[in-house]
Amino acid sequence: MARVEVPLLRVEQLQTHFLTQAGVARAVDGVTFEVAPGEVLGLVGESGSGKSVTGFSILGLVDEPGRIVGGRVLFEGENLVAAGEARLRQLRGNRIAMIFQDPMMTLNPVLRIDTQMIEAVRAHRRVDRAEARRRARDALGRVGIPAPEERLSAYPHQFSGGMRQRVAIAIALLNEPRVIIADEPTTALDVTIQAQILYEMQKLCGETGTALIWITHDLAVVSGLADRVCVMYAGRIVESGPVDAVLDRPLHPYTAGLIGSVPSRNRRGARLAQIPGMTPSLFALPSGCAFRARCPNAGEDCAREAPPESVPEVGRTLRCYHPWQAERAS
Amino acid sequence: MSAPASDTPGQGLSAAAAAGEPEALHAAPLTARSPLARLARDFCASWPALIGLVVILVIAVVAVFAPWIVPQDPYDLAQLDIMDGTLPPGAESYAFGTYWLGTDVQGRDMLSAIVYGLRISLLVGSVSVACALVVGSAVGLVAAFFGGSVDSVLMRIVDIQLSFPAILVALILLAIFGNGVDKVIVALIIVQWAYYARAVRGSALVERRKEYIDAAVCLGLGTRRVLFRHLLPNCLPPLIVIATVQVAHAIALEATLSFLGVGVPITEPSLGLLISNGFEYMMSGRYWISFFPGVALVVVIVAINLVGDRLRDLLNPRLQR
Amino acid sequence: MLVYFIRRLGQAALVLVVMALLVFVGIYAIGNPVDVLISPEADLAEQQATIERLGLDKPLWEQLWLFLVNALGGDLGRSFVHGEPALQLILERLPATLELALVALVIAVTAGVFLGLWAGLKPDSLTGRSIMTGSILGFSLPNFWLGLMLILVFAVSLQWLPAGGRGDTVSLLGIRTSLFTLDGLSHLILPAVTLALYKTSLVIRLARAGTREVALQDYVKFARAKGLSSSRVIYVHVLKNIMIPVVTVIGLELGSMIAFAVVTETVFAWPGIGKLLIDSIVNLDRPVVVAYLMMTVFIFILINFAVDLLYSLLDPRVRLSEAKA
Repeated sequence: MARVEVPLLRVEQLQTHFLTQAGVARAVDGVTFEVAPGEVLGLVGESGSGKSVTGFSILGLVDEPGRIVGGRVLFEGENLVAAGEARLRQLRGNRIAMIFQDPMMTLNPVLRIDTQMIEAVRAHRRVDRAEARRRARDALGRVGIPAPEERLSAYPHQFSGGMRQRVAIAIALLNEPRVIIADEPTTALDVTIQAQILYEMQKLCGETGTALIWITHDLAVVSGLADRVCVMYAGRIVESGPVDAVLDRPLHPYTAGLIGSVPSRNRRGARLAQIPGMTPSLFALPSGCAFRARCPNAGEDCAREAPPESVPEVGRTLRCYHPWQAERAS
Repeated sequence: MSAPASDTPGQGLSAAAAAGEPEALHAAPLTARSPLARLARDFCASWPALIGLVVILVIAVVAVFAPWIVPQDPYDLAQLDIMDGTLPPGAESYAFGTYWLGTDVQGRDMLSAIVYGLRISLLVGSVSVACALVVGSAVGLVAAFFGGSVDSVLMRIVDIQLSFPAILVALILLAIFGNGVDKVIVALIIVQWAYYARAVRGSALVERRKEYIDAAVCLGLGTRRVLFRHLLPNCLPPLIVIATVQVAHAIALEATLSFLGVGVPITEPSLGLLISNGFEYMMSGRYWISFFPGVALVVVIVAINLVGDRLRDLLNPRLQR
Repeated sequence: MLVYFIRRLGQAALVLVVMALLVFVGIYAIGNPVDVLISPEADLAEQQATIERLGLDKPLWEQLWLFLVNALGGDLGRSFVHGEPALQLILERLPATLELALVALVIAVTAGVFLGLWAGLKPDSLTGRSIMTGSILGFSLPNFWLGLMLILVFAVSLQWLPAGGRGDTVSLLGIRTSLFTLDGLSHLILPAVTLALYKTSLVIRLARAGTREVALQDYVKFARAKGLSSSRVIYVHVLKNIMIPVVTVIGLELGSMIAFAVVTETVFAWPGIGKLLIDSIVNLDRPVVVAYLMMTVFIFILINFAVDLLYSLLDPRVRLSEAKA
């Protein structure tokens, strides 16, 4: 896989907090990662781990009462956290595009597909409607929608879920962005459709050199798609590295737990491992390591201070005092 | 809410905040007070609603004890001095004292007239709402409990009635009945009962499917007992909200009908009639005869609506009307 | 679709007939119009002649039957007072009322949607709260008193606008309208604002609730993620969605506006059907009251049809379900 030294997008110590009456929820608390052109980064975590908020933070789309309170988002060297709304608007859907989780909800039900695609082109390109419509049709064709010309004048409810997600992907591809942030785009779809869409996304991004940040809770998707993976827990990246290394030899007990809880064919009959306990509330994170209450390795030191980021191997990071022993996993 | 909400705490939180009182939700399990006490406390948390309630209470007390409070009985022609006609607010009179809000053409003290007018307004509003509430609830309960053709016939009538604006129905009824406070009240009852019937039927149908009603029926309790002791209390919250707002509606409607000359007779001037009487003098700049009764009317209606608005938020966030 | 149409028509016809019966019998009980119409000095023979001319000597059921048969032929009787066909009286005054109601409706929707959007997008801001408090005031101001106060301020004190009447009209396609003369507009503005205020408050509430719900939807966020300007997001993506409930409710409220025009027309001496109704009630002019009601019911039914049609235009999902049905 092509590795360019200058990162296309670099997120540094990003902190996004939700300031509510009930207290401050640290949804994203010091997240750092980077993506190179053409690279596919998997951002893995459970519900509430802050992975979606991370995605929205990059585009400055965090809703009230959420706010980016610290860190930087560097896109081609430009800090987007400091950028104004006008600049962000220029980048959104143009240089950095996003795909959402639920295709039933992302398309406006009362507007036709062509309206929703043409406006996306014309928000960023000085082209007439006919040209914008031609581009929209081409994009629909590229994501594998049959008879794109006819489908353009349809309304969203006339599409199936998979087709709607293809439309959303086509909209994301319209302006040939450098980065696509995909927030669990296949979770709501059937498995066969999921596979098709994964395959097509991989192909399209490979062709154009677009970087892809794939947010998911599904390790199987990551293993087949991503080059590198970041595992998030309670607003922090607890482990990151090349996808094969992390999945074969997990270092953080949480990663190991996630891998262990994936049903797999070669361990049939064996009891499926599970991570005990629940994700902690973001309003009341425990002191020290947020995972310690559920961690089989936790010691007294884990309660005192959150583990700092370490580099156990080249290209990998880890936040843990008591890494998982590979032999125990097997 | 869609699935990504689970991953973005902000959405969930703002939705909870939109639902109303997050503190109240958190505090609920801590204080084991009765629902009524909790309702009262939450109600008082909103100062516009509290002001509204105080205003209503003050006006009600003033209206009830009007004969002992106001300086003049506006209906007693012997007390009026025609020489004091259309005096501006604050005018002094040798015989009477100060007319704080001026006088009308017959020399009637406007302040006294307004207080007496408020009496009629409140009487018409509360009595008509109370009667309509009883009639409407009974119809709604019967429709919900018996279902089938009884239900569809009753609800068809309700639908047709509600498709006509209240003002029009009341106007026609009063055209038929003629003037009079009692007739206005009857007309307002006929105009309003359908709202309660629909609301009660709606919530009763929801309650009816719950198991405690089946249990009550299985215990062999009489129909009437099941209806009034078990079903009705559970339909109360939306009824309270509608009834509050309807008192305001009824008062406004009575004033409108009286203004149009089909409401209360001239011998019992309500606020609407006072305003109507002042209309012709307004053109020559003698505004107070119409202005002050209108202010009194607006204050009452706004106060009731503020209370109703708060009750709606507290009792049933999803209620539409 | 056709079946649905026919069923609606049948229901409408039934409502019309039932209303006709109720109204006719009810109005019959009002009182004896002869007392009003004939001067007390008139001798017995004169009275008798009048009663016969008006058909009041026939028994109730026969009057009713005659009424129904004539109504089918478009004849709703002759005004006791004006001596003209009641339907003609109504039709002459209908344009004035419709003009007033429609202008008020436009004011209510435009102002209401705009303010409601604003309050919905910034619910906790000072403006948002002020708009909501203002809408409670709008709900609470009695229509007739508001009209009087507007007259007091703009006609009596400031003398900017006329206090009543309709002003100059021009004929457009055979209908007289005051929309195209300055004098006509100046007469129209106060009554229209008066009539619009209550509905404006209603639209504000609807639009605000709709905006708050729609603003949380994924498709709004997705529209922002496409890099659209906030005005495009608000005025296309949000607005089109909140218009669905607004159009449904306001369409049905057009009927109540025509009814409420009774009050506004009385205050502003606007020569529409509402003022005609009040005059007819006072004069016991039975046929005109009945004709007014028939006409109003007919208009309500028309409005219901129109709203259904508009609804399906705005919401593409409705179209599909009907095509299937």
